[in-house]
Amino acid sequence: MSIFIDDELCTGCGNCVENCAFSGIEIIDNKAIINENCSFCGACLDGCPVNAILIEREEFKIEKIDLSQYRGVWVIAEHYKNIVHPVAFQLLGKGGELAKELGVNLTFVILGADFDDRLEDFSLYGPDKIIYIKSPILKQYYSDLYVEALSDLIIKKKPEIILIGATPTGRDFAPRVAKRLNAGLTADCTGLEIDQNTRNLLQTRPTFGGTLMATIRTPNSRPQMATVRPGIFQSPERMRKKTAIRKIEYNFKEEDLVTKIIKVIDKERSSVNLEEAEIIVAGGRGVGSKENFEMIEELAEVLGAELGGSRVTVELNWLDQDRQIGQTGKTVSPKLYIACGISGAIQHLVGMQNSEIIVAINKDRKAPIFNVAHYGIVGDLHEIVPVLIEEIKKNKNKE
Amino acid sequence: MKVFVCIKQVPGVSEVRIDPKTNTLVREGIPSIINPYDKNAIELALTIKEENGAEVIAISMGPPQAEEILREALSMGVDKAFLLTDKAFAGADTLATSYTLALAIKRILKSAKNKKDYLVILGAQAIDGDTGQVGPELAEELDIPQITYVQKFELKENKIIVERIFRTEEVVIIETQLPALLSVLREINIPRFPTMSGIVDAYTKKEVISLDANELKPDKRKIGLNGSMTEVWKIFIPERKAEQIIIKGTNEEIAQELCRNLKNDKIL
Ligand SMILES: Cc1cc2nc3c(=O)[nH]c(=O)nc-3n(C[C@H](O)[C@H](O)[C@H](O)COP(=O)(O)OP(=O)(O)OC[C@H]3O[C@@H](n4cnc5c(N)ncnc54)[C@H](O)[C@@H]3O)c2cc1C
Ligand SMILES: Cc1cc2nc3c(=O)[nH]c(=O)nc-3n(C[C@H](O)[C@H](O)[C@H](O)COP(=O)(O)OP(=O)(O)OC[C@H]3O[C@@H](n4cnc5c(N)ncnc54)[C@H](O)[C@@H]3O)c2cc1C
Repeated sequence: MSIFIDDELCTGCGNCVENCAFSGIEIIDNKAIINENCSFCGACLDGCPVNAILIEREEFKIEKIDLSQYRGVWVIAEHYKNIVHPVAFQLLGKGGELAKELGVNLTFVILGADFDDRLEDFSLYGPDKIIYIKSPILKQYYSDLYVEALSDLIIKKKPEIILIGATPTGRDFAPRVAKRLNAGLTADCTGLEIDQNTRNLLQTRPTFGGTLMATIRTPNSRPQMATVRPGIFQSPERMRKKTAIRKIEYNFKEEDLVTKIIKVIDKERSSVNLEEAEIIVAGGRGVGSKENFEMIEELAEVLGAELGGSRVTVELNWLDQDRQIGQTGKTVSPKLYIACGISGAIQHLVGMQNSEIIVAINKDRKAPIFNVAHYGIVGDLHEIVPVLIEEIKKNKNKE
Repeated sequence: MKVFVCIKQVPGVSEVRIDPKTNTLVREGIPSIINPYDKNAIELALTIKEENGAEVIAISMGPPQAEEILREALSMGVDKAFLLTDKAFAGADTLATSYTLALAIKRILKSAKNKKDYLVILGAQAIDGDTGQVGPELAEELDIPQITYVQKFELKENKIIVERIFRTEEVVIIETQLPALLSVLREINIPRFPTMSGIVDAYTKKEVISLDANELKPDKRKIGLNGSMTEVWKIFIPERKAEQIIIKGTNEEIAQELCRNLKNDKIL
């Protein structure tokens, strides 16, 4: 495989350099030059206004599959203790739009043991079809059983698009199913669109910890599989609708399992519900001490907000673990996020940058948190926060 | 017993920054590092070796310069290191990556006495591509059980007992047999630093063995770009939702101005 720049076409505009996440292209003497960092990902090709970049693949007789055999949009659900993860309903909302654009059916697939009475309820979220794979053992999640049952079904039914929640469970079975089917799988998508000409699904996802977005497609194979981040799409309005229901019973046996569940530990489900909070006030190392955190709590209180924080504040024991926001904590998207004394490390930003309005209070004008903030306040939070609390109280009293 | 650790070279992510003025990537002097999660994978493998005896083998697929991270793994105490490098492997998505990694593992196992006595450990995700898909796809390719997002591990005879995180509130304890594949979270341990003598050994006594497509004899339809079903179509910098406003003044003025703005935004 090789990548070429056509020197005669290249205008040295540098678009390709901007599109490259790997520093794999430089402009030297007004021409683009590929260097050893190139990963052959192909992201530069689309951005070149004069089509001067060419990736040459060795041609193999890859059996071209007949894409038109594949029709329909599927959403695969997951559940824990009989509670279906809400991302499944969010995907029925988005999946419904995609199916409509493609003029195909929307199918809801669920594996479980006790859902007979719930199927009616699922139909209210708009699927044309429900496939219920039933086996007593599927009360719990087993990787191998999900992979087996789903792969068989997909091979038989040939859907063109399969959407799965990007949860630890979805991200466990989806890749293995994809591998078994030799299907492309795009991870952790936050945007889904149809290219009408090709019926390709354009799947947009954050990479490099959210600093960059990539749009991925699966042009030559089907099904097109995607895991989708929870909380991005809206659950549809519930509506009565005629839905075809199909139940498939499996007789999976305990002794066939390759893994055994020994114990399920329920960490006490706390009352903290950051994911659904409308306002979050979060503190970082800049708050200074556990005692000082009371001031942040008070700000949260007057706003009717949930309290959150950076990992550092959890490590310092200023805050409970379940209030950590970021890559290894919660992902939140409130209407208002107030970050006090948080520097804005990328691992923190990925957990909160989808908030509608972000306010940053930090004494360092160069702190990266200001890059995502809508309102920035440069100063000492110990002086500003108490004044802000008073001002908010005043506003409340006026109402 | 053999413990395979798959490690990926990634750009130090905190260094990938956006220049807020021009809205372009700032990439000057981005160092390449071992994917942070993969250091936890190495640490786990080394602990298993210390407690149970095992041969620890690090594998990385990547450009020739990925040799650096394999040397670092050797200096932490890994016994052997393999670099899968070939132009033909480039442009791989997770399907092609896992296929290529599996070829190397199978090849190394060929000469093993007990071909089932092995464990494969990966990071839960790479901080650049960030899909977390290579693990399950590799397990499928090797036809062995997988347990992802592991935060605690125990090996008793041939049984593995691990804690897997499902959601923030839910943890499941799972048991399986060797051979198996695990992907680990950062919580599982604290990776060690290389010792001075470890570093010396890594450059004198130990070697990084390169394997290319000639040696791995892949099905050419399954590697690199040809073996990749997904295609990166474009990469862009996320748009900022609004123009940023820096609020200035005395503390009282700042508080008033912020409240006024938030009211206009219909939040207060
Ligand atoms: C794999 C991995 C996963 C991680 N996951 C997470 C995660 O989920 N969540 C997370 O938050 N972090 C996470 N981190 C850690 C992250 O990299 C940062 O270290 C952390 O977010 C920094 O926390 P901070 O902003 O509170 O502290 P700092 O970075 O120390 O920032 C403190 C800020 O406070 C400001 N400040 C100080 N005093 C004042 C004052 N008086 N008034 C106003 N401002 C003041 C300073 O200017 C500074 O900007 C992770 C790291 C790794 C490697
Ligand atoms: C912007 C962008 C977006 C992409 N999106 C997708 C996508 O949605 N779907 C897709 O299939 N591919 C995608 N790719 C390709 C993907 O990044 C590569 O296949 C990469 O080699 C492995 O994926 P990852 O970085 O996501 O690794 P992950 O699956 O996140 O890595 C998990 C673990 O696997 C091991 N591992 C991963 N790569 C290697 C390696 N090269 N050598 C040794 N061990 C390794 C490590 O232990 C690592 O911790 C994308 C690439 C780019 C540039």
